[in-house]
Amino acid sequence: MAGLLLSRTEKVYIVNGIEEDFRSDGRSNYDYRPIELETNVVSHASGSARLRLANTDILVGIKTEVDIPKPETPGLGKIEFFVDCSANATPEFEGRGGEQLANRISNILQRAYHASQAFNLKQLCIFEGKQCWKLYVDILILECGGNLCDAVSLAVKAALFTTRIPFVKAALMDGGDVDLQLSDDPFDSKPLVVGTAPLLVTLCKIGNKFVVDPSAEEEFCSIVSVVIGVSGNPAHYTTEKIENVESKFTTIGMSGVGGLVPDTLKSAISQGIVAAKCLDSALGRSLLRERQDICSYKKDSYGFLK
Amino acid sequence: MPGPDLLSSQGLRLDGRRPNELRRIRCKLGVFTQPDGSAYLEQGNTKVLAAVYGPHQAAKSKMSTEGVVVNCQYSMATFSTGERKNRPRGDRKSQEMSLHLRQALSSAIKTELYPRSQIDIYIEVLQADGAAFCASVNAATLALIDAGVPLRAYACACTSSVAWRGSQPEPLLDVGHVEEAAGGVCLTVAALPSTGSIALLEMSHRLHMDYFEVVISRAMQGCRDIEVILDKAVREHLAEGWTKQDIVTI
Repeated sequence: MAGLLLSRTEKVYIVNGIEEDFRSDGRSNYDYRPIELETNVVSHASGSARLRLANTDILVGIKTEVDIPKPETPGLGKIEFFVDCSANATPEFEGRGGEQLANRISNILQRAYHASQAFNLKQLCIFEGKQCWKLYVDILILECGGNLCDAVSLAVKAALFTTRIPFVKAALMDGGDVDLQLSDDPFDSKPLVVGTAPLLVTLCKIGNKFVVDPSAEEEFCSIVSVVIGVSGNPAHYTTEKIENVESKFTTIGMSGVGGLVPDTLKSAISQGIVAAKCLDSALGRSLLRERQDICSYKKDSYGFLK
Repeated sequence: MPGPDLLSSQGLRLDGRRPNELRRIRCKLGVFTQPDGSAYLEQGNTKVLAAVYGPHQAAKSKMSTEGVVVNCQYSMATFSTGERKNRPRGDRKSQEMSLHLRQALSSAIKTELYPRSQIDIYIEVLQADGAAFCASVNAATLALIDAGVPLRAYACACTSSVAWRGSQPEPLLDVGHVEEAAGGVCLTVAALPSTGSIALLEMSHRLHMDYFEVVISRAMQGCRDIEVILDKAVREHLAEGWTKQDIVTI
């Protein structure tokens, strides 16, 4: 990562530690760093979340707009991802410096969310073939401490969970125009169903082992990393009893200069799925708890003041 | 000229403030670990993050032997405004804001102490609800203090506008988005209140010369009020630092 300098001995220390399943911050190869999450931090957005994974800081805001569906998918809404690498994270992102990284992350998300069974775009339809909702998912990277993809996907899912779409009455008028009637009451809205939305897990190959949630120093030591998108289990995101849905892949991506043997890839993927399942259930639990706190007015908003 | 509706018959503004009241300011220094200095500031619903890197060696093209080069970038999150913005930075308005920031902050920083160096100041507006520039200047000052950059004085910025009570002008302090959008005059002042000097002044719309004096004095009063708040925040942060900070790192 940016402006990071590691000596050879430091690298050797990290690599040998991972070989022994003991990382420089005391974790094992399967452990995540502590995650802090707060939802509804931006009042101008329909849904928002701020996630801090050690010192990776992500803010996601979601805005909704009415749009015309694509002719090939008349019954589906639209979702668009925009990643902005703020120069606050590192001076290298000044001007257009962060664009490459931003495009890489938004493309992975786009692929993961557009897989069938990953995210139900039908719920964004207003009038088939004429009008639909378009979700703008704007991701702001405020600090990079490694493992951006995982943190971004968690924050996006949390923000989508809090997003509410207004109820709209649509009627077809003469001449094929659609008349939309929006209620004046801002609470006359429905929450999005996001249970199946995918989470991304980065597996970083360091030495001969894979680790999840690499810190910036560990990313520096790695030659190749695999990003997998795994769809979520809706049973974690509702208080009602519904049947479990098996997690599925939605995307796989690789980055870095090195290569992988197919067998190691297989073991990496199974390690990734385990991690994704744990993350998914933990995220669902904390989001439900947060929603309950908001409903009972127990929650104080902290934002960045904590 | 804005209509009389900016002030109610009781003399209260649209959001319930009196004409000489600021919005609530809450701030925190040292929000992030990676930058040399960072700060978060909320002024009403306007929320701003500032990060400072440096002083470090300047890029060859920018280097100056006279003093430090202050490099500012103002950027607004795409979800910060009511309507979604397409680009967070690079548009004309944010470029202008970057220049203004640089002007306001260069006058506060003791630039002569660091020749051939550069200080990067990055502003990220998370939520814009009027006077985003003022909040940026105030946040940047806090971030500079957090970074330990020597300053001549606090640089504080404040806006003021004018409303009419009968035929009497009544200057309004710290203009919110609704009041800004009503189309009245908006005077932005960045000042070093403890030295009493003005670092930057900008005005939109027209204002009669006779009323200029009251409007600017109201804005200067706002800057002095903000200085008190910032000073308190800095002192609290430092007092807290000795008890809460990880002593191992010292």
